[in-house]
Amino acid sequence: MLAQLIVSGLAAGSLYGIMALGLILIYKTTHILNFGQGDMAMFSTFIALLLFRTYGVPLSAALGGALVTGILLGVVVDRGLLRWAKNAPVTSLFIATLGIGMILQAIALWMGLIDARPFPYALRGPPLFIGDVVLRQHDLLVFGVALAVSLVFFLVFKFTKVGIAMRATSQNRRAAQLMGINVGRIGTWSWALGLGTGAIAGCLVAPIVFLDLTSMVFVMIKAIAAAVLGGFTSLPGAVVGGLLLGVIENLFSGYMPPAIAPLKTTFVFTLIILVLVFRPHGLLGERSVGGH
Amino acid sequence: MLKFEGVNTFYGPIHALKDVSFDVDKGALVAVLGANGAGKTTLMNTTSGLIRARSGQILLEGRRIDRLTPDRIVRLGITQVPEGRQLFPDLSVAENLRMGAYVRRDGASAHRDQADVFERFPALKGRARQIAGTLSGGEQQMLAIGRALMARPRVLLLDEPSLGLSPLLVRQLFDRLAALGREGITMVVAEQNAYLSLEMASHGIVLETGKVALSGSSDELRRTDRVRQLYLGTKDKAGPLPDDTGGGVHN
Repeated sequence: MLAQLIVSGLAAGSLYGIMALGLILIYKTTHILNFGQGDMAMFSTFIALLLFRTYGVPLSAALGGALVTGILLGVVVDRGLLRWAKNAPVTSLFIATLGIGMILQAIALWMGLIDARPFPYALRGPPLFIGDVVLRQHDLLVFGVALAVSLVFFLVFKFTKVGIAMRATSQNRRAAQLMGINVGRIGTWSWALGLGTGAIAGCLVAPIVFLDLTSMVFVMIKAIAAAVLGGFTSLPGAVVGGLLLGVIENLFSGYMPPAIAPLKTTFVFTLIILVLVFRPHGLLGERSVGGH
Repeated sequence: MLKFEGVNTFYGPIHALKDVSFDVDKGALVAVLGANGAGKTTLMNTTSGLIRARSGQILLEGRRIDRLTPDRIVRLGITQVPEGRQLFPDLSVAENLRMGAYVRRDGASAHRDQADVFERFPALKGRARQIAGTLSGGEQQMLAIGRALMARPRVLLLDEPSLGLSPLLVRQLFDRLAALGREGITMVVAEQNAYLSLEMASHGIVLETGKVALSGSSDELRRTDRVRQLYLGTKDKAGPLPDDTGGGVHN
């Protein structure tokens, strides 16, 4: 029972973690908390569904289409919309992202993208049994993708010029400009990568939940919670926070009496408040050593 | 090499640079002197394109640069070492240097230049992987200059490089700058430490409330009473000119 709850918790937590990675990446370089992340992920996922169902594109290509949609959406949101409001206070831009999310919901409705039929599983087959733990093939896929996304993030931020420039921009924007880094372009890269990551999360969530207009919003709220738990500026913290969140809420709903079990989300958020009381920077938060 | 013609810069309603005109010859080291708030940092940031001049021109080898974005200006060969060093505190020394070479396309020779920075600033040697924020103040200043050199600038702007350093370290720093000057790098150094900077500079200008109050060769400047009273007289900066501080709001 315990092992099973932990394993399924880790699967859900991986999804929160992937979603949180995209959020934090955008936040770190642009200081914008993208409240539209859920809707944007939803939109990309609907595009995959459209390609698969209506145009008969193979599933793998349709999923690739969602990723491309996410990346392009990132470019459009940053260059086409937010760039024009660059003199607005950054907190107002939070609300602008919420508005963009609403607009995407409307577009999805208008284009008839809403499809009540369940989203197809990429890996469908008999579940695996390890001891008495049941592992769905989709869970394996989620673990694999979470690992791959984390690895790609690590390599990009550690070794590529654009990745290091993203970190540099988030630490000291003015100094980054003085080094000749085009901070606007770095912002666009972050949006593209962040919404691409969101699209990946969306396609992994969609087969599990009933995909409708708001289903990704709940995942986003959990992802924000995961990010807070991890320290909000730390990418590894986002993944750890996501996994922890998934496991804790699963254990809660597994062990609590049926009357209380549905309150798992309430419990998780109460826990986060406690974490913030005792560790204001989250579990893995970075406190800048140099300061500026 | 670098030419300022009637440059006016505003911070909101504050007129921070007023009709600033002066020339920087190729290979020269020009000291920009002035009290806090006289406009030295504004001059640096206007040159780097972080703030846009409202009127006037800045020319690099005859080409106007005052309407360009900061990254274009770095690409043309002007790099600034900002006041307070402004390193990337959570990046390693090597990563900071790599960001200095951001605009360059020649990865291999940028790698050689990194070794060159370590030769030039031995204090940084063997610390490539250390996090920049954990370096001492002197080491950070060396890294800030090393990072700027990674762009292979033709003009180096230094804003208050001696700030917060011990007298011994200031000495060392200015020796390094003099060495750079001998290699032909053109430099504009904003300093409150007039004594040292005039010793090293060929020319200087004195900014007062955003205006060029004096300009000339270092020897000429040293002989003027104004420079003597205001800047060479060690610490008694409560000098005779009351409108010499305050960010150019007076006038």
